[in-house]
Amino acid sequence: MYDFDYHKPTTVADAVALLAADPDAKAVSGGHTLIPALKHRLNKPTSLVDLSGIAEMRGIRREGNALIIGAFTRHAEVASSEVVQAAIPVLSFMAAHIGDNQVRNRGTIGGSVSNNDPAADYPAAVLGLGAIVHTSSRKIPADEFFLGMFTTALEPDELLVAIEFPIPEKAGYAKMKNPASRYVMAGALVSKGPAGVRVAINGAASCVFRQAEMEAALAANWSPEAVAGIQQPADDLNSDIHGSAEYRAHLVTVMAKRAVVNAG
Amino acid sequence: MDTGAESLIPFTGIGASVRRKEDLRFLSGRGHYTDDISRPGQTHVWFLRSPHAHARIVSVDTAAAARMPGVVAIFTGADTAADKIGGVPCGWLIHNKDGTPMREPPHPVLAHGKARFVGDAVAMVIAETRQQARDAAEAVAVEYEVLPGLASMAQALAPDAPAIHEEAPGNICYDWHIGDEAATDAAFARAKHVVTLELVNNRLIPNAMEPRSAIGDYDPTTGDHTLYTTSQNPHVIRLLMGAFVLNIPEHKLRVVAPDVGGGFGSKIFHYIEEAAVTWAAAKIARPVKWTADRTESFMTDAHGRDHVSVAKLALDEHGTFLGLRVSTQANMGAYLSTFSTSVPTYLYATLLAGVYTTPAIYAEVKAVFTNTVPVDAYRGAGRPEATFLLERLVDVVARDTGLDRLEIRRRNFIKPDQFPYQTPVALQYDSGDYFSTLEMGLKAADWAGFEARRAAAAAQGKLRGIGISTYLEACGIAPSAVVGALGARAGLYEVGTIRVHPTGSVTVLTGTHSHGQGHETTLAQLVCEQLGVPFDKVEIVHGDTAKIPFGMGTYGSRSLAVGGSAMVKAMDKIIAKAKRIAAHLMEASVEDIEFEKGVFRVAGTDKTKAFAEISLTAYVPHNYPIEELEPGLEETAFYDPKNFTYPGGCHIAEVEIEPETGHVRMVNFTAVDDVGRVINPMIVEGQVQGGVAQGIGQALLETCVYDGDGQLLSGSMMDYTLPRADDLAPVSVATHTTLCTHNPLGVKGCGEVGAIGSPPAVINAVVDALRDYDVRHVDMPATPAKIWSIIHGNARRVAAE
Repeated sequence: MYDFDYHKPTTVADAVALLAADPDAKAVSGGHTLIPALKHRLNKPTSLVDLSGIAEMRGIRREGNALIIGAFTRHAEVASSEVVQAAIPVLSFMAAHIGDNQVRNRGTIGGSVSNNDPAADYPAAVLGLGAIVHTSSRKIPADEFFLGMFTTALEPDELLVAIEFPIPEKAGYAKMKNPASRYVMAGALVSKGPAGVRVAINGAASCVFRQAEMEAALAANWSPEAVAGIQQPADDLNSDIHGSAEYRAHLVTVMAKRAVVNAG
Repeated sequence: MDTGAESLIPFTGIGASVRRKEDLRFLSGRGHYTDDISRPGQTHVWFLRSPHAHARIVSVDTAAAARMPGVVAIFTGADTAADKIGGVPCGWLIHNKDGTPMREPPHPVLAHGKARFVGDAVAMVIAETRQQARDAAEAVAVEYEVLPGLASMAQALAPDAPAIHEEAPGNICYDWHIGDEAATDAAFARAKHVVTLELVNNRLIPNAMEPRSAIGDYDPTTGDHTLYTTSQNPHVIRLLMGAFVLNIPEHKLRVVAPDVGGGFGSKIFHYIEEAAVTWAAAKIARPVKWTADRTESFMTDAHGRDHVSVAKLALDEHGTFLGLRVSTQANMGAYLSTFSTSVPTYLYATLLAGVYTTPAIYAEVKAVFTNTVPVDAYRGAGRPEATFLLERLVDVVARDTGLDRLEIRRRNFIKPDQFPYQTPVALQYDSGDYFSTLEMGLKAADWAGFEARRAAAAAQGKLRGIGISTYLEACGIAPSAVVGALGARAGLYEVGTIRVHPTGSVTVLTGTHSHGQGHETTLAQLVCEQLGVPFDKVEIVHGDTAKIPFGMGTYGSRSLAVGGSAMVKAMDKIIAKAKRIAAHLMEASVEDIEFEKGVFRVAGTDKTKAFAEISLTAYVPHNYPIEELEPGLEETAFYDPKNFTYPGGCHIAEVEIEPETGHVRMVNFTAVDDVGRVINPMIVEGQVQGGVAQGIGQALLETCVYDGDGQLLSGSMMDYTLPRADDLAPVSVATHTTLCTHNPLGVKGCGEVGAIGSPPAVINAVVDALRDYDVRHVDMPATPAKIWSIIHGNARRVAAE
């Protein structure tokens, strides 16, 4: 990696100030995407702003009918949290199936959602549960947050601080893993709750997206059969050495069906 | 000697599952690998590598880079050419069908004139730190004229393809053949059935856990060169690099291969980085260190396999094999790696008889240059390719002719009373019992109960399949005269020195090299067995040309069969000499001295001397037959094997396919192998399981992918699917022993059988699972996407009926 300066602020305000002062600075959370990119010299920030010292970005709490998870909460904490398991078990399930133990003990929910890797897990939860993203300056509904591959509504000097998940009646997640990376080839998170019936598809396209036809079908009839016959068009889906767009399109239906089964 | 106490000592000889003594240091982080070594004044090198698969190097401007902080020196192909540095050599000469020698273009240490694959080293930048070297490498300005990249054999063989090497028009290295073509044609002419199968053996990327590393060191006061390197065979590296590349005589060149973290063949070869750091260390009179990062490993470690073949089998009306005809294209990559040329010829086509009595075989192999990483031996080397072809073909024959796949195998097996068995493709098998390994395998895998398991899986919506491979391989390489006649440019004997110390402990110097196999344990057990010395009094030394006699290293499952046999011969000499000392001490005739379990005895008496008393006498020769016997107790023996060894056996795979996703789950794997005499059953089990893991990897997961321009798409763990624990099944391992008839231990070798026997068993199981979908063949790897597209594309027969 190239040389860079290193900062470890203790408040969101200080972190934002550091990022605002230097357009080439980068925030680092769990580091699971940024550190490999640095090691491969694919990224050359002037400084890294380490978020691990900011207490206000941590923690899991229930507030009424919502669960609020701090951005710096590690996957392992979400997986093992009794609060999460009781309120939104699908989130614990998802977190428990991200990467491996090492990844889960370092990676954070805020880092994953801010990065918006098309093959990441958490964006499907944020979109599929109709969450609200709390940033250092505003609240952004999930439907307005994910803009495209590795692109979100966050401004360069804006930090994701926490995510507010409305507690659904039912929610389920299923994914097919890429055999090599074990990232998501195609996944689906389905939910029914205060945010309506939602189906978020990850892994298959350049960005997580909602599958409207499946949402309508599930709204009418919450059952695996309701989505089993719905074909996801292959246009605009990803195609790579591990699977064609047609294969991913097929997997979208299979994973949606399984997600409904998992939701119960 | 107190025999009562002796009985409390656990048995550590042949047949004991002694725990691996090396594992304490490996598992506690105390292994000492090349990258752990730092020499005083050490510099670091970063190799600037071509980003193009095929390009003319118009100019290399190092001026700006040379001014960067910490830069010590920058060398390019022009510098190595000016110093008359040779190319890294190929160790095996293959002749064309017409008797002319293969095309053997040079493989320069640093690319000169042209770069021929993505990763070809164009410059070496040496600096005080690795970081500085890398920074400066980015400031080297190389002007390339990009040429068409020939990423596949099909591209390289196209009529209008440019020549990658001027010396090899048409990009052909050789067009070789073996066997009796006329007899094979005659067999096909009278055949009742001819079954044809086209298949690909997928290209693999080895990925040893420890990346390659090399440190060059030079003492200007003595002129001594030292290379520390991640090698499976330090003497071979010394010979190739000293004699052919750098012109350094052996007495001035030491090669050390300390702990090495996995090789699987990829660390046999003499790589350009080894020569570059050794040469550069003398140029700058400072040590030069290089360690690959994983990206470099993917793009510079020699890859494996990569064959495209057409096979035809001729049968009579009873299903008896009459003739086999095989035509194979083998990818050499951009340059000839050390043993590359031997892999698709003498390590492949000679195995095409397999375990069957096919009387006529003819095979032709075309070796092709492409703009890809050089391809060379990888665990099994040629034999997995032959086994996959043959064991797939036999299953397809069974399918096409309606014969049972077990019955057709039994009908054509070489019978136990036919050994020694001469094949039509040059090998003479000494021993084996394929019926017994088959029956044991069928029983252990509960073959008979499979249809019930298939029905139970079907009730769950799953497609279950079972597959078998009855394989054979040739290893324990090799008789020097035989391989010499076939084009090898080295002998393939092995050496062992047994150094008995005055108090009776033993140091063994072996020319073999352990990079995970457990030699420090297994070879010590041979000493326990033969000399009766306790396990903790034996030390195995390997991997340093300054310590050990000239040996050929470890590959081709040769360490025990060849290296162990050398040790046995040396221990025979020790015992012979010790008996003479014992006879002198006990005032008896040497013919009357017996030796057993560490005790010398005058036959028929209670007069004994312990091994340690004899060794002490040998080094303190006060009362000693000094007129007729030299003092000391140290013997060296070289052993040149009389034949290859021929392990074989039966592998059975059971898989379950999820039709919705195409995912193939390994349910069970059964291996019954005849590896000859088993020295350490636990280590054999581990070797077989590791090999099977790699075989399952090839069958289901791994494949190297280049795009059409020669860019490596599967260039990281994110894209190249190495097997993980949850991709594997329980692998049950059993052995059925017939002894090798021509080496003193009766051993055959176990390092490669797992990787050789397993891939066709897995694919045969996958094809069996798809039996309702009219599937005849599936090329490896059977990935979810591939299996799904087969299921998706083939109308299910049962549905149509």
